[in-house]
Amino acid sequence: MTDSSIAADRPLVSVSDVTFSYGGAAVLHHVSYDVLPGQFTGIVGPSGSGKTTLLKLLLGTIKPTRGTVERAPGLAFSYVPQLETVNWNFPVTVADCVLMSRKPRGLNPRPSRAERAEVSAVLERLGIADLSRRHIRELSGGQQQRMFLARALVRRPRLLLLDEPTSGVDVQTRHEVLHLLDDLNRDGLAIVLTTHDLNGMASHLPHLLALQHRVVASGSPREVIVPSVIEEVFGAKMEILQHLGLPLVVDSLPEPSTPTDLRAASSAVDPANRSVGVR
Amino acid sequence: MSSVWEMLIDPFQYQFFVKGLVAASLAGALCGLIGVYITLRGMSYIGHGLSHAIFGGYAAAPLLGVPIVLGAGLWGLASALAINAVTRSKRIGADAAIGVVTTASFALGVALLTRFGNKGPAFDSLLFGSINGVSAGDLWLLAGVLVGAVVIFVALHRQLLFSTFDPEVAAVSGINVGLMDTVLMVVLSMSILATLSIIGVTLVAATLVIPAVVARMVTDSFSRMLWISTVLGTLCGAVGMYLSYHLEIPSGTTIVLTNAVVFLVALVATRGRGLSRTAGLDDHTDASAAALAGQSARV
Repeated sequence: MTDSSIAADRPLVSVSDVTFSYGGAAVLHHVSYDVLPGQFTGIVGPSGSGKTTLLKLLLGTIKPTRGTVERAPGLAFSYVPQLETVNWNFPVTVADCVLMSRKPRGLNPRPSRAERAEVSAVLERLGIADLSRRHIRELSGGQQQRMFLARALVRRPRLLLLDEPTSGVDVQTRHEVLHLLDDLNRDGLAIVLTTHDLNGMASHLPHLLALQHRVVASGSPREVIVPSVIEEVFGAKMEILQHLGLPLVVDSLPEPSTPTDLRAASSAVDPANRSVGVR
Repeated sequence: MSSVWEMLIDPFQYQFFVKGLVAASLAGALCGLIGVYITLRGMSYIGHGLSHAIFGGYAAAPLLGVPIVLGAGLWGLASALAINAVTRSKRIGADAAIGVVTTASFALGVALLTRFGNKGPAFDSLLFGSINGVSAGDLWLLAGVLVGAVVIFVALHRQLLFSTFDPEVAAVSGINVGLMDTVLMVVLSMSILATLSIIGVTLVAATLVIPAVVARMVTDSFSRMLWISTVLGTLCGAVGMYLSYHLEIPSGTTIVLTNAVVFLVALVATRGRGLSRTAGLDDHTDASAAALAGQSARV
């Protein structure tokens, strides 16, 4: 599973002119995108824009209808699904769960000492070593996300793919996950995640790919989170403010057309009434 | 006092009873063991349907001049793989497809037996299990399937666990999830085939579900669940067979009722808390338990 042979500048995964359909209308049109070593990318777009389909193409669980997806030979990658995809009542502990993704050696079902040490080290790295013998049901949302990350990291991946890692989690967990991923990325791990959360997630990432069945824009948040791109991707007028150097997306108000509307709108222009964030 | 003791040990002087007891214990162990995977994967209804499908093979094999075990085995295997393919394709509702295929196979079995007579095991004993007529061959088959299941579950422990817990990530992590599903379906169909004449077509699903559910109620560990379910299955099989002799009731019925009593005891002992652990185990448990309750009532 070693991937040290992969050249530093060659893409880990290369998506070239891919069109994909599940049978009906194409979900992705002529998408080209390279996952570069050490890159941290957020694929942004609303539900149904093809984010998860692109992630599945990168994972190789589906094949493109047209075009090619090439992975660097021997690339080790791991996948972190959304939290709600598993039954958290399943009878396993945190350590059991992390151990699952280690390739078994021989016929002995018990983990070797080396494997146990590796699991401990990863749990330690993610700050949940003290939870290793807990049942998975007893974890908070943030701890569940850390456990999934531990299960992914114990495979020593070069590339980590995450599907909506912050969907359905609270603000604090989102903050924790973002910092954790940032740390892992600093250690050289390439990360690709999908998100529809522009303010909470996307604007904090170094690189974005805005998707609406095709790649609408690609670049830094300052380049991608701009009115023209956001309007095309999310299909609604948005205003972009700047806050502490990061773009902040706010719902645009309907344009007042009559004096009565104007009165109603003037109270809505009060900053406290502005709805922040796109969900 | 001595007469009570004599009554208690009385059945042990008969070779057919001892064979029946060993067979019921092995059958209970086997169902308890595979039942853990079946319930955790939400496949209880598949187990229920598969036992009905195999009944068709039991009836058809003698008419085609094929040895019963071979004929019913191949029939069961074909049904299992067909169900597996239907479940995986997700193109049609798996529940509906399983319901149609397996009950049609069951109906065919009943039709063949009624029209052409019975050359194999008695009709009743296939439906509800029987203490009578357990042959040395039956015992060898049971022991062979049990040993085979244990070897497979030990050798593929991590792969089976991962593909049961999180098939999507298991597949991405290089595990052949389709192969794991097929392996489980083959072990399940062989287990049902081997236990059919002891527990019966209509009752086998309960022995797959109850020990595993009780084990889940008392432990949060997958490995312990495997042990507890297997031991409970064995004990319920033995006690049920013993009761079958004294009460003169088909053995499948007494085995399932023993299981049901154990379930109630576990429910009371854990004061209902254990039941919350079984949440999300399987959408079909309730449906098949209700169906079984209906069938037991008609016995």
